[in-house]
Amino acid sequence: MDATPELLILTVNGEALSFPAGLTVAGLVTALALDIRKVAVELNREIVPRSTYAQVTLTSGDSLEIVHFIGGG
Amino acid sequence: MDAHVTTEDGWIVSGRQFGSRLIVGTGKYKDLPTTAAAIEASGAEIVTVAVRRVNLSDPKAPMLQDYVSPARYTYLPNTAGCFTADDAVRTLRLAREAGGWNLVKLEVLGPPPTLYPDMPATFEAAAALIADGFEVMVYCNDDPIAAKRLEDMGCVAIMPLGAPIGSGLGVQNPLMIQMIIAGAKIPVLVDAGVGTAYDAAFAMELGCDAVLVNSAIALADDPILMARAMKAGVEAGRLAYRAGRIPRINAASPSSPVTGLIR
Repeated sequence: MDATPELLILTVNGEALSFPAGLTVAGLVTALALDIRKVAVELNREIVPRSTYAQVTLTSGDSLEIVHFIGGG
Repeated sequence: MDAHVTTEDGWIVSGRQFGSRLIVGTGKYKDLPTTAAAIEASGAEIVTVAVRRVNLSDPKAPMLQDYVSPARYTYLPNTAGCFTADDAVRTLRLAREAGGWNLVKLEVLGPPPTLYPDMPATFEAAAALIADGFEVMVYCNDDPIAAKRLEDMGCVAIMPLGAPIGSGLGVQNPLMIQMIIAGAKIPVLVDAGVGTAYDAAFAMELGCDAVLVNSAIALADDPILMARAMKAGVEAGRLAYRAGRIPRINAASPSSPVTGLIR
C-alpha cells in the first residue's frame, strides 16, 4: 500500500477547499491567513468558541462559515 | 457648556450609560479612513456593524476593526440581510463570538422598494434572540402597539423608522413616534430616514432618547462635516426638548413691551 495522505474536503464560506487531514479550526484559520482575533467560526451551524479552536479537529464534509465585522447600518 | 446645560444629558440602554445620543452606521462609506474620520466627528459612542463572510481570496484586506476600534466604540452588530429568525440568531451568535457583545440591533426587512420592517418575522426573531440571552435593540415600524409588544417581550430599545432606509425623508409620522415615546419605559430611537441635521434635531425634539444615522452621513458630499452637523443637530434637539418649547398659537405676540412708548 502506498501511503497517500488522506485529503480533507471542507466547505468554507460556500467554497470547496482541500487540506491535509488532521487539520484543526486553528490550523484552518492560520492556513487561510486570517487574523484569529477578528473572525468568528461556525462549524456545521454551531458556533466554535475561540478558546477551543486548537482542539476542534475537522473531518471531510464539514461545512464552515468564517465571518467578520464590516460596515453596516 | 456649563453644568446647567450638561446635567442629566446621558442616556442608558440595558444598563449601559452613554453620553452621545447619536448612533452612527458604518456602511456605505467610500473607504475606511473616511468612515473612521466621520465617526470621530460625530462624537458617537455606539456604531452599527454588519456580519459577513470573510473574503478568502483577500485575507489581508483592511478590516473595519483596524479603523474603528472596538475598544473605543461599542459595536452594535445588526442582522441586515437576515430574513428569518434562524438567520438572525446564527448571525448574532457569530457576532457575539467575534466580539463578545450581547447588545445587538435586530432588523428583519421586507423586500425593496420599501425595505419596511417585516413585523411578524421581527417578533419571531426577537423572541428567539431574547431566549438566547441577547439584549435586543429592535428596528420596527412606527406602530405604538407593535412597539409596546416588543417592549413587553423584553427588547431593550425600540427603534421605529422615521422614513424608509436611506430615503433621507426625515420623520414622516411624528405623531406615532410621539405616541411610541409616550408609551415606552425603555429608550426610543428614530432609526432610518434621517436626511440632514434638521431631521435629527426634529426627532430629538419629539423626545427620542437617541437617533441612528448612516446614509445621511456616509453619502453626504462631505461626510465628516455632515457627521459634525448631526452631532450638533442631536444636541440642539435634545436641549430644546429639555428646555420645553413655547406653545404654537395662531396669532402674533409682540416681543417688545407695548408700554412706555414715546409720544
